[in-house]
Amino acid sequence: MITIRSLHKSFGSLQVLQGIDYEIKEKEVICIIGPSGSGKSTFLRCINLLEEITRGEIFIDGIQVNDPKTDINEIRKEVGMVFQQFNLFPHMRVIDNITMAPIKIRKMGKTDADTLARQLLKKVGLADKADAYPEQLSGGQKQRVAIARALAMKPKVMLFDEPTSALDPEMVKEVLDVMKQLALEGMTMVVVTHEMGFAKEVGDRVAFMDNGLLVEEGTPDELFNQPKNERTKAFFSKVLV
Amino acid sequence: MDILDFRFDAIWNYRELFIRGLWITLGLTVVGYAGGLILGLFVGLGKLSKKKWVYYPAKYYVDFFRGTPLLVQLLLIHTALIPSIFGHSLGFFVSGAVALMLNSAAYNAEIIRAGINSIEKGQMEAARSLGMPYKTAMRLIILPQALRRMIPPFGNELIALMKDSSLVSMIAGSELLYAGKVVAGATLRPWEPYLTVAVLYLLLTFIFGKLISYVEKRFSNSYVPSPRKQRLSVGRTEAGG
Ligand SMILES: Nc1ncnc2c1ncn2[C@@H]1O[C@H](COP(=O)(O)OP(=O)(O)OP(=O)(O)O)[C@@H](O)[C@H]1O
Ligand SMILES: [Mg+2]
Repeated sequence: MITIRSLHKSFGSLQVLQGIDYEIKEKEVICIIGPSGSGKSTFLRCINLLEEITRGEIFIDGIQVNDPKTDINEIRKEVGMVFQQFNLFPHMRVIDNITMAPIKIRKMGKTDADTLARQLLKKVGLADKADAYPEQLSGGQKQRVAIARALAMKPKVMLFDEPTSALDPEMVKEVLDVMKQLALEGMTMVVVTHEMGFAKEVGDRVAFMDNGLLVEEGTPDELFNQPKNERTKAFFSKVLV
Repeated sequence: MDILDFRFDAIWNYRELFIRGLWITLGLTVVGYAGGLILGLFVGLGKLSKKKWVYYPAKYYVDFFRGTPLLVQLLLIHTALIPSIFGHSLGFFVSGAVALMLNSAAYNAEIIRAGINSIEKGQMEAARSLGMPYKTAMRLIILPQALRRMIPPFGNELIALMKDSSLVSMIAGSELLYAGKVVAGATLRPWEPYLTVAVLYLLLTFIFGKLISYVEKRFSNSYVPSPRKQRLSVGRTEAGG
């Protein structure tokens, strides 16, 4: 579903991604782990072209994302993204946060969008928060709304960039549970995370990124229990799995 | 001259001159300010543009109008620009309003640019990641938030523009200060007419100040409507549906 070939990304003279090849199949949950600054966020942001790609190719459903002829907005409709800092729209009620893109971008009717948004809010356990404003929510609630907002576009794949890193520990679980549910429903997901438990339990495959390269990847069992690469081993010895 | 020997009865005979001046000052302020807001929005967006042919004209515009005295701009417009376009003068009001508008647009452009830049990058990214085109995201997500932050500096700009409108007296525009000048000349008494003018300006500043603080309070930092307003809007919905 997503094919990445020889992906390079530099910021000026700083080479952040140095040639990544990867293939993500439909319904797969890929977890990306790795030290800070290794390029995980950049990698994710290249997939929906929030970062311009320096070199290489990314295909989603056979369409080349970084072809100048491709309408990037069409691609982004199909690729949901959840950010570490939630990025809810503070001037809109929760329900409007969720219905806005379906109405304005998918041209969905108001009542249909409203019904959909309420379904999604129920799904993330926030049915009673439809009329609240983001500032009235806790971090965990905000992130669940952000997930609902992305899902409202009915994307084919969801990208998560450390969705629980900005949360107080007691709120991490409520967000991970929603993500777990989503994975069970067959959503294709790429998740950058430091939650090794989640990667082990939910990930179909785990990839370890270091210095702008996917150094090693495999099933959670392969990666966590029998890492082959020295750098992977060194990383795990530090983070205590 | 004895300061305590004021003879405001001398002024009273000229009251209509002052009242007319007051209205003209008000008119120049309102027209110049409204035009300056709209034009400033475009110039401000121009200064945010990545396209060089949009950015540079906007930048030079701001540099010129902020870097030269308003009086010079006013004389250029009144005695050179308008006569060479139309063949004759269009009167002091048109020249004055145009000069105030062009000048305040430059200051407003900076306010708008700074306001838009103050919105966290994540807001635009979240909107774009939902498939929203740049302009739509600007209109629905960025501007509504940025405009709120622009309210206090826009308020300052209104008062500054009102005071600047006194320069229109230099092209014999019969606004408030000009009324004072005429009366001072006719009565040969400088204190009473100019003090009257000062008090009337203060009155305008006071009224505008009240207006501004009302608007500021209305759009306070929180997006959550105050309880009273919420109840009102609920009432309306119930009555309507
Ligand atoms: N917009 C940018 N301009 C310049 N350098 C950048 C930019 N974004 C990221 N970088 C640099 O690219 C490198 C990789 O950053 P990235 O955010 O992808 O790392 P990460 O693996 O997500 O780290 P973390 O776990 O801390 O989130 C870092 O050295 C960072 O400083
Ligand atoms: Mg990151």
